[in-house]
Amino acid sequence: MNRPQTTDHRPSSIVRRPSSGFLNAIGAIVWKDLAAELRSRELLSAMLVFALLVILIFNFALELDPLTRRVATPGILWATFAFAGTLGLNRSMAVEKDRGCLDGLLLAPVDRSAIYFGKTISNLAFMLIVEVVVLPVYSVLYNTNLFNPGLIVVILLGSVGYVAVGTLLSSMAVQTRTRDVLLPILLFPVVIPILIAAVKASSGFLQGLALTEVMPYINLLIVYDVIFTAVAYMVFDYVVEE
Amino acid sequence: MKPQPIVLKVLNVASVLLFLAALGMVFLYAPLEATMNYVQKIFYFHVANAWVGMLGFIAAAVAGVVYLIKHDQKWDIVELAAVEISLVFFIIAIVTGSIWARPSWGAYWTWEPRLTTAAILEMVYIAYLLLRQGLDDPDRRARFSAVYTLIGAISVPITFMSIRLFRTIHPVVIGTNSTASQGNFDMTSKMLATMFFALFTFSVIFVNLFWHRIRLGQLAQQVEQLKLEELQ
Amino acid sequence: MIAVKKLVKRFGLKTVLRGLDFEVQEGEFVALLGPNGAGKTTFLRILASLSRPTLGEVRVAGYLLPAQAAAVRRNLGVVSHLPLLYGELTAEENLRFYGRMYGVLELSQRINEVLELVGLTSRRRDLVRTFSRGMQQRLAIGRAILHDPDVLLFDEPHTGLDQDACDMLDRLLREVAGQGRTVVMTSHDLGRVEDLASRFDVLSRGGISASASRNGLGKNNLLDFYRQALAG
Repeated sequence: MNRPQTTDHRPSSIVRRPSSGFLNAIGAIVWKDLAAELRSRELLSAMLVFALLVILIFNFALELDPLTRRVATPGILWATFAFAGTLGLNRSMAVEKDRGCLDGLLLAPVDRSAIYFGKTISNLAFMLIVEVVVLPVYSVLYNTNLFNPGLIVVILLGSVGYVAVGTLLSSMAVQTRTRDVLLPILLFPVVIPILIAAVKASSGFLQGLALTEVMPYINLLIVYDVIFTAVAYMVFDYVVEE
Repeated sequence: MKPQPIVLKVLNVASVLLFLAALGMVFLYAPLEATMNYVQKIFYFHVANAWVGMLGFIAAAVAGVVYLIKHDQKWDIVELAAVEISLVFFIIAIVTGSIWARPSWGAYWTWEPRLTTAAILEMVYIAYLLLRQGLDDPDRRARFSAVYTLIGAISVPITFMSIRLFRTIHPVVIGTNSTASQGNFDMTSKMLATMFFALFTFSVIFVNLFWHRIRLGQLAQQVEQLKLEELQ
Repeated sequence: MIAVKKLVKRFGLKTVLRGLDFEVQEGEFVALLGPNGAGKTTFLRILASLSRPTLGEVRVAGYLLPAQAAAVRRNLGVVSHLPLLYGELTAEENLRFYGRMYGVLELSQRINEVLELVGLTSRRRDLVRTFSRGMQQRLAIGRAILHDPDVLLFDEPHTGLDQDACDMLDRLLREVAGQGRTVVMTSHDLGRVEDLASRFDVLSRGGISASASRNGLGKNNLLDFYRQALAG
């Protein structure tokens, strides 16, 4: 059966294109998320306040004297990022689910993976914004210099892997009855490699270890990022399609 | 309801007999280890339990992948069966490991790579069961479970590697260098034979339990089906 | 325009649609009636490519589902009882976003046209969050026709609207349907669809149990027809 010819009776200003473009769709999703967030600042303010509270709690829980700080800083940073991250991931997906917008995205004639990559990039942007704010605040509060190019690379690599898995799992969690509590439970056991490698690499850079000693962890982060981005790309269809 | 197939019945009997034989070998045939004495006996079952846990882990991963390809509900039943068996046997392995660890390492728990990975795997399994609990639509439940099984199957080995990496760069400094303090010992050939017999026994037990659990899943599905037919 | 043959949809063991046949010619406005839980929404989600058919053949706008889903989606507009709009974006931004997702050319001009059509030009720079339910639903229609689709699917679009908003929505639905588009609309409110549709199909027990055109149906007979369809 051939596609029926439609007669030209509509005030149509548009010409159909064969496809709307993969990158264009990703760009549209990222633009939409950032524009909405720039206006409401709901998600970022929640993540930031939460991150600062976590740091505050660690301060009292660990009695962060200068000696402890040296050892504990990378761990505190990554625990903070991981906790604040789930908050953001949950919210970012809940926005799509609540008004049926996820269906709206799925109705668009683009490959489903465009939705995955779009959301992943938005989530990564939120995560990095939080990290960019947390780092100087932590530096000032604890008089620790965190401006280290190596550390920046580790944070970038760690965040990519965290968000790659987190976006996939949050789109699953949001479709369950227990959506408010499920994401961290699903996410934390499977991002442990990231947390181990990121903490070790961060502390390596902060203590000024030789690059050869830190490289195994950097490699591990890269491997994790590549594997899980690829896997999430392959299975995302199963998560959003019925 | 179909009766148990004859092979399954044979397996039931074989499991019991083999288990008794394995117990006999552990206590009567295998020699007493010099430094750890009777505590060392738990080693045979500890390894065998971990082995069954491992089999379940692999079976779950395979079932998950097959489900994603075939979209057949029966693989979801297989996957759940494998996860449940693996969950239980790894718990036993962790507990027996702790009993082993107390005299040889001086603590019930050490953050040793295998032990830690087993604990993290348990967390993955618990997350898996919570995920299933939160989903009502059986089709979606099966898809999400399979996806999560796949994610777990990839991340857990990486977790193990990263903990190992952390160990090789920072060697254990607490404790002495003697092999006993690491929990190692020289195995005699009789010990080795006992261990392999235990592994074989538990493999049979695994197959037997796995079969029963899959059958249970199928029966539960049939009950569900009958209920629906009754309603319509 | 829409051709469905022997469609079966199962959720796990539960069969919702059992061998449904359904055909819609170009330009028809079909009201899909039926009690709650009859599977209207499920059927519409299958037509919308959001849900896969378990068995059977589904063609929308000449393309096969789910194989040619992307081609179907390009020719399809959906309005559901949820607005599918982002509250933190303005009316214009929402349309701009969906326009980019569909790759609509000359988007700004098209957005102006659509906003004019749904009567929201003056509110174009206001956040959708501040809109009334009726306005949101009008904008949702604008979103659905933005890419000028041939087929429109409405899933209970009147849900949660007051009398005035309903009337306004009806005028708009008639207008977008009148432009030669093919429309399928689900509803359980006979009064609402009576004046809108050109054909009435009743979905019950997993299939289309009755079908009647407006011309074949005398005045005030819709309720009788519907009751008969459910009883028979």
